Amino acid sequence: MLVTFWVIATFTFFLMQTLPGSPFNDERLSESQKERLYERYGMDEPVPLQYITYMKNIFKGDFGVSFQYDGRSVSNIIGERIGASAVLGTQSLIVGTILGIILGIIAALRHNTSIDYGAMVISVIGISVPNFVFAGLLQYWVGVRLQWLPVAFWEGFEYSILPTISLSVFVIATIARFMRTEMLDVLGQDYIVTARAKGLNGFSIIIKHSLRNAAIPIVTILGPMTVSLLTGTLVIEKIFSVPGLGEQFVKSIMTNDFPVIMGVTLFYSILFIGIVLIVDILYGIIDPRIRLSGGVK
Amino acid sequence: MIIKNKELTDEMFLPAKSRNSTEQISRPANTYWQDVWRRFRKNKAAFTGLILITLILLLAIFGPYANHYGYDEQNLSRANLPPKIPILERFPWIGFNGVDINGVDKYEESKVTGYYWFGTDNLGRDLWTRIWKGTRISLYIAFLAATIDLIIGVAYGGISAYYGGRIDNMMQRIIEVLVGIPHLIVVILLILVLQPGIISITLAMVITGWVGMARIVRGQVLKLKEHEYILASKTLGAKNTRMIWKHLIPNSMGPIIITTMFTIPTAIFTEAFLSFIGLGLQPPIASLGTLINDGYKLLRIYPHMLAFSAIIISLIMISFNLVGDGLRDALDPKMRK
Amino acid sequence: MEKILDVKNLQVSFDTYAGEVKAVRGVSFHLNKGETLAIVGESGSGKSVTSKSLMKLIPNPPGRITSGEILFDGKNLVTLTEKQMQNIRGSDISMIFQDPMTSLNPTMTIGKQIMESIIKHQKLPKKKAKDKTIEILEMVGIPDAVKRISNYPHQFSGGMRQRVVIAMAISCNPKILIADEPTTALDVTIQSQILELLKNLQKKMETSIIFITHDLGVVANIADRVAVMYAGKIVEIGTVNEIFYNPQHPYTWGLLGAMPNVNYRGEELITIPGTPPDLLNPPTGDAFAARNQYALEIDFRFEPPMFKVSDTHYAATWLLHEKAPKVILPESLNKPGLSLSNEKSKESLMKKTDKRQKLLEIKNLKQYFRTGNKQFLKAVDGLSFDIYKGETFGLVGESGCGKSTTGRTISRIYNATDGEILYNNESIFGKKSDSESQKLNQKIQMIFQDPYSSLNPRLTVADIIAEGMDIHELYMNKKERMERVYELLETVGLNREHANRYPHEFSGGQRQRIGIARALAVNPEFIIADEPISALDVSIQAQVVNLLKRLQKEKGLTYLFIAHDLSMVKYISDRIGVMYKGRIVELAESDELYQNPLHPYTKSLLSAIPIPDPKTEHTRKRIKFDEKLSRNGEEEEPVLREVKKGHWVACSEQEYLKINNKDSEVISIYGV
Repeated sequence: MLVTFWVIATFTFFLMQTLPGSPFNDERLSESQKERLYERYGMDEPVPLQYITYMKNIFKGDFGVSFQYDGRSVSNIIGERIGASAVLGTQSLIVGTILGIILGIIAALRHNTSIDYGAMVISVIGISVPNFVFAGLLQYWVGVRLQWLPVAFWEGFEYSILPTISLSVFVIATIARFMRTEMLDVLGQDYIVTARAKGLNGFSIIIKHSLRNAAIPIVTILGPMTVSLLTGTLVIEKIFSVPGLGEQFVKSIMTNDFPVIMGVTLFYSILFIGIVLIVDILYGIIDPRIRLSGGVK
Repeated sequence: MIIKNKELTDEMFLPAKSRNSTEQISRPANTYWQDVWRRFRKNKAAFTGLILITLILLLAIFGPYANHYGYDEQNLSRANLPPKIPILERFPWIGFNGVDINGVDKYEESKVTGYYWFGTDNLGRDLWTRIWKGTRISLYIAFLAATIDLIIGVAYGGISAYYGGRIDNMMQRIIEVLVGIPHLIVVILLILVLQPGIISITLAMVITGWVGMARIVRGQVLKLKEHEYILASKTLGAKNTRMIWKHLIPNSMGPIIITTMFTIPTAIFTEAFLSFIGLGLQPPIASLGTLINDGYKLLRIYPHMLAFSAIIISLIMISFNLVGDGLRDALDPKMRK
Repeated sequence: MEKILDVKNLQVSFDTYAGEVKAVRGVSFHLNKGETLAIVGESGSGKSVTSKSLMKLIPNPPGRITSGEILFDGKNLVTLTEKQMQNIRGSDISMIFQDPMTSLNPTMTIGKQIMESIIKHQKLPKKKAKDKTIEILEMVGIPDAVKRISNYPHQFSGGMRQRVVIAMAISCNPKILIADEPTTALDVTIQSQILELLKNLQKKMETSIIFITHDLGVVANIADRVAVMYAGKIVEIGTVNEIFYNPQHPYTWGLLGAMPNVNYRGEELITIPGTPPDLLNPPTGDAFAARNQYALEIDFRFEPPMFKVSDTHYAATWLLHEKAPKVILPESLNKPGLSLSNEKSKESLMKKTDKRQKLLEIKNLKQYFRTGNKQFLKAVDGLSFDIYKGETFGLVGESGCGKSTTGRTISRIYNATDGEILYNNESIFGKKSDSESQKLNQKIQMIFQDPYSSLNPRLTVADIIAEGMDIHELYMNKKERMERVYELLETVGLNREHANRYPHEFSGGQRQRIGIARALAVNPEFIIADEPISALDVSIQAQVVNLLKRLQKEKGLTYLFIAHDLSMVKYISDRIGVMYKGRIVELAESDELYQNPLHPYTKSLLSAIPIPDPKTEHTRKRIKFDEKLSRNGEEEEPVLREVKKGHWVACSEQEYLKINNKDSEVISIYGV
């Protein structure tokens, strides 16, 4: 894991060196600004030393200073912006997962009926249609034509509804499909036949026996799911003008504000690595086969 | 069953004459792929997807030649015209009658006599032609990326799994590191450096995209290695080339094709996504991504620009996903009676 | 005898997209209180479907009971609702299944799984249920029950898990226990333990048992009455003695004849040619007629009704009709007993051994696999034996003893960790030139266990068989290649038309034959058969075994036959080596090994094989093998020593002397 992070950090460093419009070549900066930067980053020193300074800075949490917002530190910007994105992301994840699980279970229990097919068609659409298309649709119909909900900015809970819906569609669809497959797989297992042979009724079979076995694998896709959410926020926040980290990231790209770009990239990477770690640990706890291995008699 | 005694004559108790040989097979020979096709066809959703893909491909190739408007002819006097199609214009509720959302017939207003099937954009360019050309470019990028992914992924995963042991371990470590890097971040960073263009976008997608295919191929080959016919070939003295080309790869085609089916929509999405955040292709090249991005700016007043490109991109993605799902089901070896 | 279950004309069908498959076509039988009824049949006979239908566990759709009655406790189970059935399942009638690895919920403690039934059916509070569970666990022989009640299934071995499954089933003291092949997936020694357990429980709790199996040896061990099923119907039913000693239906003859009798050493096994019929379109008349060498004309026209042989014995065959001709049974079906031919064959073998040439010599073979940091799995740990030209050497042992690994090392799929293997006096390991390697590949060939994964599904049968020829370039042109393929197909009993078909169109037995043809294509001298018949039905096993024997005679082949089915190994092998934990513990000629086993493990193994002879089964004793005891606390590793001519046992110095002194008289008879 640390290797991964190191690779990313090094990669971004070298990118920074080679990018056009980077501190070296930017005519927009005044002399005094250039001097400050040079000092801060030791840019007049040879590259290897710069690299070490760079890595040291990262460990201190210092990602540099933004070009665009003259003087503000990147970490400061990240700190300010992360709130909205965190709310949006978490809401979508929770709503998406719960609805997805329910939809998946219903589809599996009504296997091969029209409810099953319907649910599956909906989920294929959910994972295929890009989230910005959904966002656009929602904005247009719900926001502009019907005027039920606000379409931009972030001034209260109702402002988060449309963005959350747009983001969570993908989550719901993916988890529903996954849950359905897992559930069908579990329902076909021998131990379910054993449970029926014991005279247990349908309800307890589903809830007590199947659910846990089917839900455990969902933990494994939480990692990639979070990545999708992350990249989804970039687009959704832009469309709905939500003042989150994603929107900032997009703005920085458009304005070539490299310190911010690098900083946010590194931040996202740390976040992602952290989530993968948590997921791994979680999986080990939930699945007793991993938690208690061996001791076979 | 009660049989009346007089029905049972004495001849019936003579030893039976020999019947057919007991080793006959009743069904006609079917190759594996014929079976797969049969199962695939039965899946209506998947088959529909296949038809849609074919349709879109045809339109992407031949669409731009269908009308006489050029790809890049700008004509400001014809800007922002809503779509208008000859026969459909009689049904106002479909929206192809040249009337915009305020109810104004823009064609009359601007005194335009021609039909712009998908309308025009803010610079007066025919959207029909632009959209199909854009589809071409998007599909081209997607196919190119998918092909490169396939080549690199199959080679990497195959070698890793076939040789096993320490080679496998080492190659897997590398993949673990790569997987840890969020795919899109790499893409974004690379585009920043290389400047957007067809080749650079394809390159960026491919750099970490092949990992998925490699893992699938490795998983499949590892599974196949345990099958006894592989061991049998070994004892017969088969060399590596024979094992790989005659045994391992043909039996891995299934997952390879399925993965490719799912790679394509991912690539299309990525390209559109890049346009959205400003890293897409630059004008005058248009792709579905850029068209959607442009369309967004005018969503409130001229929705038709966004609508068509959004619908087409959605249809492409839905059809590939449906076909991918259908293939996955069709290739699944179920019990045969 | 009190009847506790009465099944009348049960019919069950499945609706598939190809049509209606009639899996059970009119089954009638009854079960008496306190007895064990065995239902025997091969795959496709409908025995599993019948048993599941008794508890209405067949999923609907696609399965349904189309007609018939199941009378239990004054009710007809067919007419009961699902809710009513739920009250009966687990409390009045219980079921245990075949695979202990998948029958238990992996994420629930076993305690909870057992308590579920008790709480639901007996309405006990949690604490009392827990106490009862501990009691039951101890009854089924799980040590340390108090601690283990909170363990998960994966923390138990296969045999232990099956005991847990049994505990679950008997927890509410059911009147009927249905056991669907509960020991098929277990090792022989574990199997006999489980069978003993079931018999004890039956005595204690007066449960009636319906035992489903395909193994006639197990039937002889455990059953009071037997029902033989074929193609969805019961073809013969009677007490266990009647079925074994006076069978009336040709299919029963076939089944009994297809099993090698441990005490009889004849020439060929009786086989039942062909495969079971397709139940999508059941044939008119007797379903068995097409494969029945005793078939009469009427068998192809009308289905035979049940004919009465005695009050307890019925058979559905036209041969019992008064107008039918009398049939002379083949010799091997007559009372199995000690046959006199044993002595003679022993002598002749003795003489031969001296003159025979060693084809394969294995010296101190070791095969270790890495399982993580600094840990090794010692699959083969110091194996030594020789194989002579023209003989069949049987290698037996239970799962995990290393026999398969041995086979694969000899055929050079694995490289040995240590030790030597000489083929015709040349080491098969080490640097080899291409042509040397090729020659070895030709001479040593292998047949595999799983017919479903031993053939490449993408290649035609012709390509599969010809692969060896392609690699070694054994033909001049395409025509020659195909000629050879046809020749091989006919040798193994298939048709020329099969050459351009694909594996999935063939049955298990046919696929194994294709595998044999493939091995023969390169004209080998030595064939390693790695459990070639374990995955096949009994009657099909006989076909393959007969084929192998015939080929050996015709082509002068040498075989290494690896298996865990001891009776079949004894039938086909000249000499047998018993493996345990990577080593050979005893090696002798087949007859000698069975009549005079010396090593405690061999004794335990032999005492555990169920023999299809009720009289023997009911009177023999099980010998348990405890590794620690047999070592007598000595530090010395037991080494293979020749205690008699041709009979080797792994023992310590002391034991060797003991045995030698005892048998000194015996040795002199054979004139060393």
